[in-house]
Amino acid sequence: MSVLELEDLKVHFPIRSGVVFERTVGYVHAVDGVSLSVEAGSTYGLVGESGCGKTTLGRAVLRLVDITSGHVRFEGTDLAELSGEQMRRARSRLQMVFQDPLGSLDPRQNVESILAEGLEVHGIGRSRADRRAKIVDTLERVGLASNALSRYPHEFSGGQRQRIGIARALVLEPDVIICDEPVSALDVSVQAQVLNLLEELQSAFGLTYLVIAHDLAVVRHISDVIGVMYLGGLVEEAGADELYTEPMHPYTKALLSAVPIPDPVVEDAREQILIPGDLPSPSSPPSGCRFHTRCPWRQPERCDTERPELREVAPGHRVACHYAEEILAGELRPRSADVASDTPPRA
Amino acid sequence: MALGTDRVNKVDRLAELTAQRDGDAEGASLLRETFGRLRRSPMAISGAVIVGAFLFVAVIAPFVAPYEPGAQLWGREVMPNQNVFVGPRGENWFGLDHLGRDQLSRMLVGARNSLLVGVVATLLGFTAGAMLGGVAGAAVSLGRAWGRRLDAVIMRFIDMMLAIPALLIAVSIAAILGPSLTTVMVAVGLAQVPIFARLLRGSMLAQSHSDYVLAATALGVRRPRIVRSHILPNSLGPVIVQATLTLATAIIEAAALSYLGFGNPDPATPDWGAMLADAQRFLVGAPELAMYPAVAIIITALGFTLLGEAMRESLDPKLRK
Repeated sequence: MSVLELEDLKVHFPIRSGVVFERTVGYVHAVDGVSLSVEAGSTYGLVGESGCGKTTLGRAVLRLVDITSGHVRFEGTDLAELSGEQMRRARSRLQMVFQDPLGSLDPRQNVESILAEGLEVHGIGRSRADRRAKIVDTLERVGLASNALSRYPHEFSGGQRQRIGIARALVLEPDVIICDEPVSALDVSVQAQVLNLLEELQSAFGLTYLVIAHDLAVVRHISDVIGVMYLGGLVEEAGADELYTEPMHPYTKALLSAVPIPDPVVEDAREQILIPGDLPSPSSPPSGCRFHTRCPWRQPERCDTERPELREVAPGHRVACHYAEEILAGELRPRSADVASDTPPRA
Repeated sequence: MALGTDRVNKVDRLAELTAQRDGDAEGASLLRETFGRLRRSPMAISGAVIVGAFLFVAVIAPFVAPYEPGAQLWGREVMPNQNVFVGPRGENWFGLDHLGRDQLSRMLVGARNSLLVGVVATLLGFTAGAMLGGVAGAAVSLGRAWGRRLDAVIMRFIDMMLAIPALLIAVSIAAILGPSLTTVMVAVGLAQVPIFARLLRGSMLAQSHSDYVLAATALGVRRPRIVRSHILPNSLGPVIVQATLTLATAIIEAAALSYLGFGNPDPATPDWGAMLADAQRFLVGAPELAMYPAVAIIITALGFTLLGEAMRESLDPKLRK
């Protein structure tokens, strides 16, 4: 059963200009029609390069940014239609873990009041002592000793700060936690600890995660289903292992081929796909397929006029490419200039 | 990942141990840490010593001043028209002024008035400015359309104040209220209002875009509470630093105003600015008369500036170790 369902979600930020009278001169299409659903108790990983709209998507689910159109259904209720106060109440069941563990903690609050704040505003716990017991319990769950209560965020290490951030979300006993780049600000050794903690908590409390990350290894490690975003849209979605073994969308292929393989023989022999050019501006996205300006498999006509729908190509494997099957079958070849299979990539 | 699990656990243990370095001791809040850093900063110590010394003098001045500051006890010995002045001597350490009054007594009592004007004017500017800026910042942080409108109205008013030179505002007020110590306080204080207002509003605006405000929103905290318990407390640092720095300029500006003749006209209550103005006429014959108040103003201003700079440094998160 899917607990969280996005339907054609759009978030457009107005670009304003003018000295005296502001007028809207355009929109940044940060999230442009994303539909996906997250199964209860599973982890949905969202990957994509910087600026593809994955963070905005995460924030839109919690309505931390204004939704332009579309629906966000949480257990059947459309969050996009809730009033401000209803949404505020709903936030006790949907929580968020932020990228910057220090920046997302108020430097003037000690750990106890950071964790107590959520309980207070949602009226959880009858007394101070009641709340404190719950807080200590939660801290223990995330691997922090109770002497952390009176300490301040700047006194902790990066990994511990992120544990505080996780505890802050966890103490409200949410159903869904959106993790926005939960480990990208941490050391590699600490990354593994935090990821393992997230997995532990998931199996202990039956949590559902929406994990946003740019690190492909992180996402693969933690996700059940992975969605790949490019320029505000979902280009491919598949089970974690399937996506890595058989990527179908040209962008996913290129993304995965950029991950180095720690074996010099394999590394030299494998096909590397280089994507030319830069990410187009999300304020004037390309016509047709968003990726056609950089796609090595681009075909004339259809790619730059018709925007491909996300369609199910194999069970549980959705791709937004007109020619996914042909590319998979090898009927279409990438333009040779963009493939560097026998020459090492430029440094 | 399984390969490094052992090492990972070890690192984790180490990290935990470092966090427990002082057992069950209370965590150190930012305020306490700032104070701790301040105590170790030579700049802060010298600033505090200077300010403390002058404050002490100002408080005890009436009891230690050797003579009545307004009494022309040696009026006959000084003849400014014939260029006859009395310099430092046994009974008058700083000499006599142009009317035969004891310069040391006037300096001591003058410290009281000058510091009082500086402190009251700064408090006035701080309070009014912080209130205006705080309301504007809170209004815009609440994120409603009326909030932005209220903010626009307040800030255009502040811009108008900023467009008029501070000294001109001060002079106009002094002209309206007539010369007195209160006039100087109000005038100098009012001139500081726009700085404080802009600073607090800007600081609140910056904080309202911070990640922890976003996190509080995601937690389900209501907007007014976010403004009250997160944005405002985190925005006060730069404003407090500015207040310390303003004390120095306020004393100088107060001196300038009384130099221009807007201060207390009563010769029995001297202040450094007025003393400077008096001494100016005899700069050729007795330059030391101008030197005493000038040096006193400079040193006091320096003391407050040192203190303010040290506070800025210890509050600035980028300089934190």
